[in-house]
Amino acid sequence: MDNDDFSKRFSPGFCLIPREDGIPRAIIPQNSPGSYIEEARTLAASGGRFLGLWAAGDPEPRICTAFLLREGLIVLVLPLNLPEDPQTFPSLSSFLPAADRFERTVRDLFGFVPEGLEDSRPWISQGLWTVPPLASPPGTCIPETPTPDLQEYPFVRVLGPGVHEIPVGPVHAGIIEPGHFRFQVVGEKVLRLEERLGYTHKGVDGLFRGREIAAGARLAARVSGDSTVACSLAFAQAVEQALDFSPAAGVRFMRALLLERERVANHLGDLGALGNDAGLGFGLSQFTRLKEDLLRRNRIHFGARYLFDVIVPGGVRANLDDKAILDLLEENRLLAAEVGDLQKIYDDHGGLQDRFQNTGVLLPEVARRLGAGGVVGRGSAQAWDLRADHGGDPYRRFPPALALAHEGDVAARVRIRFLEIQESLALCRALLEHLPEHSIAEPLPDNPETAEGLGIVEGVRGEVLAWVRLAPGGVIRAAHIQDPSALLWPALEVVVPGNLVADFPLINKSFNLSYSGHDL
Amino acid sequence: MAVEGAQLVLALVAAPILTGWIGVCRAVLSNRSPAGLLQPWRDLVRLFRKETIIPEGTSFLFRAVPFLVFAALLSCVLFVPFLVTDPPLAPVADAVVLVGLFSLARMLMAFGAMDAGTPFGDLGGRREMMVGFLAEPATLMILFTASLWSRSTSLPAILHSLLGAAAPFHPSLLFALLAFILILLAENGRLPIDNPSTHLELTMIHEAMLLEYSGPLLAMMEWGSQIKLLLYLLIGTDFFLPAGLPSSLSPGALGAGLLFLSAKLLMAGAGLALIETLFAKLRIFRVPEFTALAYLLATMGFLIHFVLEV
Repeated sequence: MDNDDFSKRFSPGFCLIPREDGIPRAIIPQNSPGSYIEEARTLAASGGRFLGLWAAGDPEPRICTAFLLREGLIVLVLPLNLPEDPQTFPSLSSFLPAADRFERTVRDLFGFVPEGLEDSRPWISQGLWTVPPLASPPGTCIPETPTPDLQEYPFVRVLGPGVHEIPVGPVHAGIIEPGHFRFQVVGEKVLRLEERLGYTHKGVDGLFRGREIAAGARLAARVSGDSTVACSLAFAQAVEQALDFSPAAGVRFMRALLLERERVANHLGDLGALGNDAGLGFGLSQFTRLKEDLLRRNRIHFGARYLFDVIVPGGVRANLDDKAILDLLEENRLLAAEVGDLQKIYDDHGGLQDRFQNTGVLLPEVARRLGAGGVVGRGSAQAWDLRADHGGDPYRRFPPALALAHEGDVAARVRIRFLEIQESLALCRALLEHLPEHSIAEPLPDNPETAEGLGIVEGVRGEVLAWVRLAPGGVIRAAHIQDPSALLWPALEVVVPGNLVADFPLINKSFNLSYSGHDL
Repeated sequence: MAVEGAQLVLALVAAPILTGWIGVCRAVLSNRSPAGLLQPWRDLVRLFRKETIIPEGTSFLFRAVPFLVFAALLSCVLFVPFLVTDPPLAPVADAVVLVGLFSLARMLMAFGAMDAGTPFGDLGGRREMMVGFLAEPATLMILFTASLWSRSTSLPAILHSLLGAAAPFHPSLLFALLAFILILLAENGRLPIDNPSTHLELTMIHEAMLLEYSGPLLAMMEWGSQIKLLLYLLIGTDFFLPAGLPSSLSPGALGAGLLFLSAKLLMAGAGLALIETLFAKLRIFRVPEFTALAYLLATMGFLIHFVLEV
């Protein structure tokens, strides 16, 4: 579909402009709750994937809803300083079930009430505040909402003979992030799983307010440690779009390289952990070794093991000389061979495949309805990958193949990870061989007036989204980072029932969602 | 008296070292640097130095269970011949009593776990009882197969008959050995039935029962499990590799016997580590298939005795 058709179907007077650094991204302001909900309905009905919903508070309260279409990214913005009651907004949950938790989060943090949302329970709030911390104006109470109480969170219970509850977490026996899972089980079989998150809430949206761009970039890099490159890059893209700045080709290549290194490191870690959770400690030892080697090379060539703060708005903070490029190419070759060997071991291991196959099946139809993307979505036949679809410059020249599986079980997600490692390594090889001379971070232009920008990146788990609103002088008025985990946690809830309790850790690991990226 | 004391001390000292040896083998097999033979001993010492924390709402049972379990397993040490052919409690050293004592220890452990009233204790206790009741018939069948030569389930009698048998190789015992390996894995919470090194509370069997224990009480439970594993390996060597076990108490014979014993345990431990490295954990509902296979093998051994060996 070309752009003319596209703009006719949606808001008049706007079009998605192709960009050098990624997919087209547009912000569409709405002037009434009615048009907001109509537009959202149209986007959802015409194949748009709901990616997230967030709010901004004082001094310009607004609700933002993101949709990803094949043509590009669209964010609907509903300002709340309208003549009508400024504290409410229409809920999208009637036709977008995935919006439920996002809207509850907005209610907890900002006190804006989603009208028509059936679930009145808190989500991100653990009962530590009585007044929404980002309320607009500050100190406003949520009308008619009872004070949330941590002890009394009403989980949905299953009743019947032999049914009992297993609460797990938020403190776990292993050293992992905190989250609570409430199982309703009969014998070993799970009847229902409900999650309770928010234990790593740190007020990121509030912390962005009033920061300089550089400080904001540091914060964005720390939203979810294992996706620091994706978060930094999305944030940098958003700032660059707001300032109408286009990074040089060398910078784009380096950023793509860093993103793939992050993906490979995470996939290696996940594959090892998946073997270990099925009782094959050998897998963990081997993949941990490979991951550790990669991280150490990151430290040598980029100055940080997990690549914190290497990507900044305006450029990158690393350069590669010829020796480094040769070293990375050699690493690339060895890694591809070793991962190939290990894949053969995993594939041929009867016991492992018995645990992986038909465990935690996410049916393609369910994945589509929930809008699942990333590794989880691609394991369930959802063919979305920003790099393969319509990435910016380096991806267009060296397009990685889309990894896709249809079974939707743990085995499919394992296979997707193996495929993506090899694709990422091939892409890294191409990038290293064609790396243009590049400049390190360039100074950003100034913005005379308030400007808004969006960024979206295919991170390890799926699309990482960033939105930023800049006041004149490069001060952040409001910003938001949206990790794909928020969309995928509900998918985990759907997948687990019907499986054995003892298989949950394996299924959970095959999703490997971020708690920190969700709780913000 | 001397043999009693020696057997007890040896089992108490050697059990953690055997676990340490299995750990060393596992580490080497998966390219990790091992923590050393003495790591289980270091862990035990550390735990014994810690304070004991008793969870709220537990009864005296919770506190009593580690002592009872430890006592039950320690008395098993006196049943099994491993220093000389006649163990200290030779007159009552019956294989069925031994199985009963192991069951008692298991049951007590499950009670202790359920006493705390946590979901994980229940989960672990429930799963442990399931594995136990599936494994016990096979265990008995193995013992019966081994006792066919001696016409007695007394352990020293079985040992004497095997040591003095005319034929050095018994096909029936080969099947019993295969069954015994499966049962050893199931009864001691090893892979592929249970993963002793996991931290995933939802997948645990044995470890889930210990989650509420801490300090010296935990140390006793751990030590007890290590002794149980040692006992299983000792029973295995008695039945399937009895060569080298001295029948007299002379120092020379004892020394040679100890050398043989260590060599056999090191081999068995390395074999166990190899199995644990190669296999992934079974889905919990595959455990019945696993134990059924053990029962089948033991029964085949039993029948083969009458077909080939009588």
